[in-house]
Amino acid sequence: MSASVSAPVRTPAAAPASASTPASTGSVPAPTAKDFASDQEVRWCPGCGDYAILKTIQQLMPELGVPRERVVFISGIGCAARFPYYMDTYGMHTIHGRAPAFATGVKLANPELDVWLVTGDGDGLSIGGNHLLHLLRRNVDVKVLLFNNEAYGLTKGQYSPTSREGTRTPSTPEGSVDHPVSPLAFALGAGARFIGRGIDTVRPRLAGVVRRAHAHRGASFIEIFQNCPVYNDGAFAGFTARDRAAAAQIEVRDGEPLRFGRNGEMGLRLDPRRLRLEVVEPGRDGVADEEVCVHDETNRVLAQLLIAMEPPDFPVATGVIHCAPAPEYVEAVAAQRERVRAERGGAGDLDALLRSGHTWRV
Amino acid sequence: MAAAQELVKTGGRPGVRTVLSDVVVRFAGDSGDGMQLTGLQFTDATAVHGNDLSTFPDFPAEIRAPAGTLFGVSAFQINFGTGEITTPGDALDVLVAMNPAALRTNLADLGSGGLLIVDTGAFGAKNLRKAGYDRNPLENGELSEHRRIEVDITRHVQEAVAEFGLTHKQAVRCKNMWVLGLLMWLYGRDREPTVDGLSTKFAHLPAIRNANIAALNAGHAFGETAELPGETGPYEVPPRRDTKPGLYRNVNGTEAMGFGLLAASRLSELPITFASYPITPASNLLHALAARKEFGVTTFQAEDEMAAVCAAIGASWAGGLGVTSSSGPGIALKTEAITYAATVELPLIVINTQRAGPSTGMPTKAEQSDLYQAVFGRAADVPLPVLAAASPAECFDVAVEAARIATRYMTPVIVLSDAYLANASEPWRIPDVSGYEPFPPSFRTDPEGFHPYLRDPDTLARPWVRPGTPGLEHRVGGIEKGYDTGDISYDPDNHQRMTDVRTARIDGIAESIPDQGLEAGEAGAPLAVVGWGSTWGAIHQAVRRVRAEGLDVAHVHVRHLWPLPRNLGALLRSFGSVLVPEMNKGQLLRLLRSEYLIDADGLSKVAGRPFRVNELEAEIRGRAEARS
Ligand code: SF4
Repeated sequence: MSASVSAPVRTPAAAPASASTPASTGSVPAPTAKDFASDQEVRWCPGCGDYAILKTIQQLMPELGVPRERVVFISGIGCAARFPYYMDTYGMHTIHGRAPAFATGVKLANPELDVWLVTGDGDGLSIGGNHLLHLLRRNVDVKVLLFNNEAYGLTKGQYSPTSREGTRTPSTPEGSVDHPVSPLAFALGAGARFIGRGIDTVRPRLAGVVRRAHAHRGASFIEIFQNCPVYNDGAFAGFTARDRAAAAQIEVRDGEPLRFGRNGEMGLRLDPRRLRLEVVEPGRDGVADEEVCVHDETNRVLAQLLIAMEPPDFPVATGVIHCAPAPEYVEAVAAQRERVRAERGGAGDLDALLRSGHTWRV
Repeated sequence: MAAAQELVKTGGRPGVRTVLSDVVVRFAGDSGDGMQLTGLQFTDATAVHGNDLSTFPDFPAEIRAPAGTLFGVSAFQINFGTGEITTPGDALDVLVAMNPAALRTNLADLGSGGLLIVDTGAFGAKNLRKAGYDRNPLENGELSEHRRIEVDITRHVQEAVAEFGLTHKQAVRCKNMWVLGLLMWLYGRDREPTVDGLSTKFAHLPAIRNANIAALNAGHAFGETAELPGETGPYEVPPRRDTKPGLYRNVNGTEAMGFGLLAASRLSELPITFASYPITPASNLLHALAARKEFGVTTFQAEDEMAAVCAAIGASWAGGLGVTSSSGPGIALKTEAITYAATVELPLIVINTQRAGPSTGMPTKAEQSDLYQAVFGRAADVPLPVLAAASPAECFDVAVEAARIATRYMTPVIVLSDAYLANASEPWRIPDVSGYEPFPPSFRTDPEGFHPYLRDPDTLARPWVRPGTPGLEHRVGGIEKGYDTGDISYDPDNHQRMTDVRTARIDGIAESIPDQGLEAGEAGAPLAVVGWGSTWGAIHQAVRRVRAEGLDVAHVHVRHLWPLPRNLGALLRSFGSVLVPEMNKGQLLRLLRSEYLIDADGLSKVAGRPFRVNELEAEIRGRAEARS
């Protein structure tokens, strides 16, 4: 295991600065969070977790240093998919499930753009599961924010592919009988090279994960636990409630021991014989500090173990769970085109092409 | 090693060649017999000879069909002549059958008195059984109405190539060149370009090269020396005299469409993103463009049909020219996204290489049954322009025209081709692309007074903005938009206005397309034959023949299927009667009836193969005579 894999990291156009003190770019006033807010009236239900996520992204934007006109938000259909309307950037509100395909086309035609994709559990993992799979496996340089509220909001509360078994909704009055999909396990299985997790209302931590996703070249995938107070209120309260959070969540950081609890008194240890993690309390029961696993975000196997942790036996992992850059799709496409051009003596000559092969004169 | 084999020229038998005006030849054999290659070589030699021609390959849907089976037969047909040739021909004058299965599946198309060339070496018990023959048809007299050249080609070839030390399998693979040599003798074709081609192709395999040339020579020599039945050969089909001067090549519809898209890219100064999902018979266009990366075209093999069209729309939104291509069932999957592109008003080219349906249907066979889908096949009320190519070569101009309309009017354009056009080939006078009017779009860059849905007063098109342009940040989406602002709007009056303007914008395209012309005849004729798409060639010939008999029949071919040319209604009303032959159950027929309230009759054929000239001719003659 090596934590020192050199990762090609995108250089922002302007030096990063903290959200509260936007970068100064000389005489032109530096953009602020307000500059990224559109004039459209936000139409989510009061108390929706989407508000906190929108605020987090709008505040993060100036810091990322990408000129507004190069920022693109693309979405499909659903509550989350209204997101682009509220960002004063370029945006496309597309059709159900297909946003990854639109985003791929946008990137192919205009690689300079900084493309973000906002989706939900229904849009991204039900109708659009196939497209998400292929965006991730191709490793297109797009940042995917999946708002997981374990419900269909816009269509009025049906269960979703992430709803837990037994979820009672208008379409499952006796409780759902199908097994939910884990967004991060799906993403990792699809070959994602960056996966992270955040919680709508834990804004600085969410911002940290998004910041890292932005710096990653290639597809990045972030699952955001988003509370839907109307149709699935408190779905994540089991680990997000203030009094439980410390014991029920673990924020993973590359190179640091996997510890959690109010004072970091708990830790995760690998049981090598059964190949699984276990919760331990270092300093008690003869468990030494060194026995606690150290997070290595390049380790895909560790990522799998961390994703699989669920309450009540385990804390829920948040933060950057996996980051292992690989060649990016659009760059590879461009490189191939340039190679072909070099081999064939530059840009194509249409008149010569039309006259190639067997011709005759009349 | 044997000395390099050269073209062997012999004096041949004295005597003159019988002059013919046009000939139809079909090469049929097992998938492994190389019939496509043979056909293409014969086509090249025929083009050089100066004949007009039309070809059509017919290959099995199965990729590696078992040898000797009926469904493993691969055929290539060529019609060539002194006059204008616009179809691959009806009845065959010559059928080459390389095995019993090829004979059985093709014999019905051989005209009585036609020439049958068979390889008796392939008529063993096993092959006869696989083709379903109880007894050998070469022996029981059932072929007596045809002239026959029955020769053990397999043995002849083995003898001809014996000196090159090939394996049995390699030697037998030269059979197609022997047949080619015989046909070249029969029609007086120059073998030299073929020999040159073989030399280049097998430059690194001298034994194979030599064996192929030896087989070609042997087939040719056989024609010169053997006793042939009846009045058989040699023939001369004189070159076409009225060919427009220029540089020519053969082109099939797929190639022409690909070239047309590259030309559209040059004329619009827009890089093309071609996104497609493999489907027969459309995939070859993906292959053709994937091999042309030096032109800046980006090809994207998407995960499915929906992803393909969505990626193409994304590319157009980002400031490129998005193109997607499929066949009917795939277009059905793309429909929602096409409708999205229609409401966000972005350029997009959607190419439908139609095949026989419904559902999987007959994927390699032609049909014109997606006209309704193209014109009407969307949720909600949003028209789109629809174009159709009339011939393989015309796919070039149709691709350019589609790009012009898409970028000028900010709309998806649907282009209809079909399995016949995609694979059929014809000589093409190579155009001078610099003579085409360029149509680079003007991307909006001025933030002053910008709204994403402010419209050009002439075209009603909204501005096209390349993301990355400062000050023009905006959002587009499928939700109904405020008339100018593009902001979300659920206002009832606004929806009426937006629906009206979407329709008016597409209707307005009629202002920029040519008036409907006539292919033959004049307005007011007692009978007009109205066609669209790939039936042009057969209708053209049929009408020409009846007109040569003095019957007053007009031919109208509709290339812009939506919006229809402004004068079409008046033109159609001028005729005494209208006949609409289509490879569907009457889709253009109903469209014309409902648009113009005219009386019109249909003629439907959905057999997976194009109309024959004869059947159209008979129908047209019957109607024309009844009217005169
Ligand atoms: S339905 Fe739920 S997810 Fe949708 S806007 Fe309302 S609270 Fe948010």
